[in-house]
Amino acid sequence: MSLDEARLHELEQFALKIRVYTLETLNHLGFGHYGGSLSIVEVLAVLYGAVMQVSPEESRNKERDYFVLSKGHAGPTLYSTLCLKNFFDKEMLFSLNTNGTLLPSHPDRNLTPGVDMTTGSLGQGISVATGIAYGQKIQHFPYYTYVIVGDGELNEGQCWEAIQFAAHQHLEHLFVFVDDNKKQLDGYTRDICHPQDFVAKFQAFGFEAQRVDGSSVEMIYDAIENMKQSSLKKPKCIVLDTKKGQGVREIEEIIANHHLRPSKEEQKVLKVVVDRLKMQLEEIS
Amino acid sequence: MTEQVKEMRRVYSDFLHDVGARDSSIVVLEADLSSSMSTNSLKEVLGERYVNVGIMEAEMVGLAAGLSLQGFKPYLHTFGPFASRRVFDQVFISLAYAGLGATIIGSDAGVTAEMNGGTHMPFEDLGLMRLIPHATVFEVSDAIQFEAVLQQTRTLSGVTYIRTTRKQVERIYNGVEDFSKGFILSGEGVDLMIVTSGIFVAPVMRVANRLKKEGYSIGVVDLFRVKPMDKMVRSLLVGKSVLTVENHNVIGGLGSAVSDLLSEDTNTPVYKMGIVEQFGRVGKQDYLLSYYGLDEDSIEKRARCILLQKA
Repeated sequence: MSLDEARLHELEQFALKIRVYTLETLNHLGFGHYGGSLSIVEVLAVLYGAVMQVSPEESRNKERDYFVLSKGHAGPTLYSTLCLKNFFDKEMLFSLNTNGTLLPSHPDRNLTPGVDMTTGSLGQGISVATGIAYGQKIQHFPYYTYVIVGDGELNEGQCWEAIQFAAHQHLEHLFVFVDDNKKQLDGYTRDICHPQDFVAKFQAFGFEAQRVDGSSVEMIYDAIENMKQSSLKKPKCIVLDTKKGQGVREIEEIIANHHLRPSKEEQKVLKVVVDRLKMQLEEIS
Repeated sequence: MTEQVKEMRRVYSDFLHDVGARDSSIVVLEADLSSSMSTNSLKEVLGERYVNVGIMEAEMVGLAAGLSLQGFKPYLHTFGPFASRRVFDQVFISLAYAGLGATIIGSDAGVTAEMNGGTHMPFEDLGLMRLIPHATVFEVSDAIQFEAVLQQTRTLSGVTYIRTTRKQVERIYNGVEDFSKGFILSGEGVDLMIVTSGIFVAPVMRVANRLKKEGYSIGVVDLFRVKPMDKMVRSLLVGKSVLTVENHNVIGGLGSAVSDLLSEDTNTPVYKMGIVEQFGRVGKQDYLLSYYGLDEDSIEKRARCILLQKA
């Protein structure tokens, strides 16, 4: 069940809008987690644009798909997506991390409309996602639980507890996305604690797992839909081959791009980037 | 007498058996200690609402948070150190900060961990749990009270922590008491108020009775809900001499809670008995109580000492 050309085009536009909003939000604040926010743009575009049935009205309902951003520091991308899905307006989006805001650095389900789970203490979101998926399973709901973990986040032992539990309980409606952007705060994951082969690791733990190009909405979408057709009663893992700063060459090229506080000069560059992306958006609209 | 008393773990499993069968929102989670807590037979009654996650306490708390998000009421059990300090961040963030709820049972309160020794002997769990905003924290004293507290958890929201032993304990109550205020008072305590909980309620009552026979007015407060504390507790204690006796570090637990309550009152000295700068260790309960200076004689001596100071 691939996307037709019109839907694919729509999703690519949606991803570009999320990227623009994310950059505008972080630029407006003047600092933030640029690298790991930009690397999950495409997967969020696919989830919120084509896979999950999401709306502000629907979010009050318990019987629906759930999303957990376990790598909570990528909050700005989730907020941009929710803003584009009409959970709140752009003025509120720009309140990120300001005094009294409803949009804290890391997602808070008690503050922000559309946020399903509070995250930020790494390793915990994936555990909670197994709880949501297990709860849905024993209520015989047909819905899915989607969770994004960071490649660095998988350093945390708790993640592997959750992975063992999910496999043992056959949580076939749980999708774990690994944002494999190859870097964590202090540098390359391979230098800090080598992740080895994520696909092989997840498979060994009892998941169905595959690696896809995390910058391609089409490939992410196809992977999700194909895995949903699987007859194996296993939880699913999609390792997203991504880049920190994805989709913005100027940020991708910075080595330490986990958290940026752009100088005046760099701010000008980022402004040009936003204008360029907006022009791209106009061209494809 | 004691042979008619239910083991504490049986109180827990009977409650879950009974309530869980009627209330489909109840889920019961264990982390490979189900046979130690007598919950292993609940699978038959609760089916998929009973989960033994294996030796994964952090996952158990995350699982509880996800189930709470789905409208379930999770009951979790593991040994006290693993239910508190091992998963403190998970309880703090995934449950409390996220506005979700669960009832957490930490078993083998303090010295009652006996032969499991220092690694399994929590002297800090009440202190940790008290630090969590809006948490409800209990240490139960006997089977009747534990049953009443478990019934209370059905209508509590957020994080609830219950510290208990697993085995049979001396019967203190007969079931007509009002446990809704979180404390039980006996005696007026003009000369001395002794505030305690858990395994110390029975010996403290005996000490109080001996002193009463000598003409002293001794009050005993079983402060089984250390947080939130009922407003009445302050008025019961203020202006009196107060001795706290606890199976916990003197920092963070019952003694600290009482001291915090009275910190702005200059007329109420609070004397604290408990574990002072020590880790747990292996031993029989009686041996450990003597070792830590918390046997019945030591409590009586300390009480007499305070009474003499006053005189």
